[in-house]
Amino acid sequence: MDYRFSEEQSMLKDSLQGWLGRNYQFDQWRRLIARKPPHSEENWKSFASMGWLGITIPEAHGGLGFGAIDQMIIGEAFGSHLVTEPYLSSIVFGSNLILEAGTEVQKAEWLPRIAEGTARLAFAFAEKQSRFSLNTVATHAQKTSNGYTISGEKILVLDAPSADKLIVLARTGGDTTDKTGLSLFLVDPKNPGVSIRAYSTVDDRQAADIIFDNVVAEALIGSEGDALLAVEAVTDRAIAYLCAEGVGAMQALIEATLAYVKVRKQFGQAIGDFQIIQHRIVDLRVQLECSRAMTLYAAVSATADANERARAASAAKVQVGRSARIVGRNAIQLHGGIGMTNELSIGHYFKRLLMVETMLGDIDFHQKRFASLPSELA
Amino acid sequence: MDLALSAEDKAFRQEVRAFIRENLPADIADTARRMFHTHPEDMLRWTKILHQKGWSAPSWPKKYGGTGWSAVQRYIFDEEYCMADGPLPLMAGHGVTMVGPVIYTFGSDEQKARYLPRILTGDDYWCQGFSEPGSGSDLASLKTRAVVDGDEYIINGQKIWTSLAHNANMIFCLARTDTTVKPQQGISFLVFPVDTPGITIRPIISIDRGHSLNETFFENVRVPRSSLVGEEGKGWTYAKFLLGHERFTIAEIARSKRRLQRLRQIARETPVGQGTLLDDPSFQEKATAIEIDLVMLEQMGLRIAWEMDQGIDNMLSASILKLRGSQIIQAVTELSIEAMGYSGLAYESLQDGSMFSPSAPDIAQGKMEEFLFLRAATIYGGSTETQQNILAKMIYAGA
Repeated sequence: MDYRFSEEQSMLKDSLQGWLGRNYQFDQWRRLIARKPPHSEENWKSFASMGWLGITIPEAHGGLGFGAIDQMIIGEAFGSHLVTEPYLSSIVFGSNLILEAGTEVQKAEWLPRIAEGTARLAFAFAEKQSRFSLNTVATHAQKTSNGYTISGEKILVLDAPSADKLIVLARTGGDTTDKTGLSLFLVDPKNPGVSIRAYSTVDDRQAADIIFDNVVAEALIGSEGDALLAVEAVTDRAIAYLCAEGVGAMQALIEATLAYVKVRKQFGQAIGDFQIIQHRIVDLRVQLECSRAMTLYAAVSATADANERARAASAAKVQVGRSARIVGRNAIQLHGGIGMTNELSIGHYFKRLLMVETMLGDIDFHQKRFASLPSELA
Repeated sequence: MDLALSAEDKAFRQEVRAFIRENLPADIADTARRMFHTHPEDMLRWTKILHQKGWSAPSWPKKYGGTGWSAVQRYIFDEEYCMADGPLPLMAGHGVTMVGPVIYTFGSDEQKARYLPRILTGDDYWCQGFSEPGSGSDLASLKTRAVVDGDEYIINGQKIWTSLAHNANMIFCLARTDTTVKPQQGISFLVFPVDTPGITIRPIISIDRGHSLNETFFENVRVPRSSLVGEEGKGWTYAKFLLGHERFTIAEIARSKRRLQRLRQIARETPVGQGTLLDDPSFQEKATAIEIDLVMLEQMGLRIAWEMDQGIDNMLSASILKLRGSQIIQAVTELSIEAMGYSGLAYESLQDGSMFSPSAPDIAQGKMEEFLFLRAATIYGGSTETQQNILAKMIYAGA
């Protein structure tokens, strides 16, 4: 048993803090989100040069070959600065899906480009009726003489408007809710039959609903029909990443809130001197520590057996969801009216936490999923 | 970063499991299941068994007759012990968990030689005299006085919530030896026999109808000056050391895991219409929410245990662990009596001191008593509000 970060991990932490401190202050963030897309090419290049884009890509394919803990470290740092670059879409999902499901040829073709920042991916999995289930998929792929054509509708495809390629989860067999018969496809968003309805998300990022009408797929990723295993494994890892973003965002919110209650004066004294405010601050910090413990557990369990991995990911997602609500709401409450304004970072962290809470399954979904898994306490 | 148990620790788990399976007397496990308060004679019998194996003081260093186990190993032991329904260690008095560490850390060689072996064998049964009627959370305001008179201290005052004092032959207590300094600096840590003339113990019956609490009166109690542990005026420091020690234990991670397991068993044996309570989605949801809390508590606890083994003193986490642990204890005991429904309301006192609900399944006996008594979990060992004050201080200071 050893809870220490490795030397590489400590260096990664330092380099993230250094870079974000220089390039991702709140005013810089505000300028970024005013753009379309709300992130920057230069930042992405910097991420590539720091090795962050290839964090889990094997060295043979141009990456660093690190693991889920390193990805967690990045998530926490990005969460604390509200980083808007499409890291979750292109790296956490994109690179890991190809790594997990792709053929050797596909890995050799795509992973180096992802690591160097010249190929950006978005993952289209959710559908209107699927809610948070990964295997409820109506979008289907028809086998043709020289490949596949895809038809169906996907919603909330994060970062789709700026993606070079889409990874689409589609059905090659079985009924809408079957766990088998699912396959992953690489699709060029410029292909005929792809209609992208782009929009802004509540946290000022971008996503799209996409209709596929007999779209010719560029390639089947890996083999046909057994994609769910890979998708679940990568999603559990993505949950650990997203939880880490939540932890980073909560920590930033608590720091800002504590600093504020120490200087905001009412009734002739700092409101932070009131015991009710002190205990509220404690409540928030307790939530942060609970979420931190669970996020680490989820990251460490990313390589455990499927049951343990899923238990850890779902438990973490529930904890972070609960904590995000408490921390987000109270950060606004303790700031009072000013916390409601667009001028302050508080509301923006609040909205990012809203995304973190719902994306990849909300509290209710993961509580049910956790309950469905074998337990020693059953 | 590697959170897996080492091969040694895994082997250790097997050793503990086998030992407890073979040596924990069935009748003691049975009583521990049915009632919150194990009889002192049963505890003594069990302590002797543990002592023979060398395991009667899991948290002590080898040097003083303890196991020398790491904190992680102690957690493993605790887990195996609770899963087998071992009785609450506290029922053997406060010797191993509380006064022992204070004596071997701050006491004289004479005190170590005199007291530690008898704690290990269970021959001395210790109780704690800290709280007073006017000094609960504000412990430093305590008024019990110890005045030097030649070779003796004369003690006057009153203690309250002296758990299990009626079973005890020894008491450790905090008394004021200096009224001219800051409250925290005038307190000393004294140990003496309970049968010293001038001591009166009166029972306090708690809402579970049980007798574990007492009030203790000191009227011109004369004890030798060798009753002082460590230095005069340092009692507050020793008490804080002791309470810090206790914070991990009273979070009761492993015991709450066992409680949840039993809760589901109660639900499985509680018929509802054609099925059982276990099939009820609303019950499942509440039980799952608690299980997730327990996963969190365990992750936090394991990390603290590892940090303790590394010599890292993480006061913030320990305090959070106690705070959340006690809330989770109450959540699982609350849901247990909720699961019992009508049958939980029957509450009959049996001859052996246990409580009985005729219509409830075996597995549910004792649950109402446990629920009632554990309202104290958020009060003792530094109440929730006290933990919040402690935490606020640390967080405001930048922790």
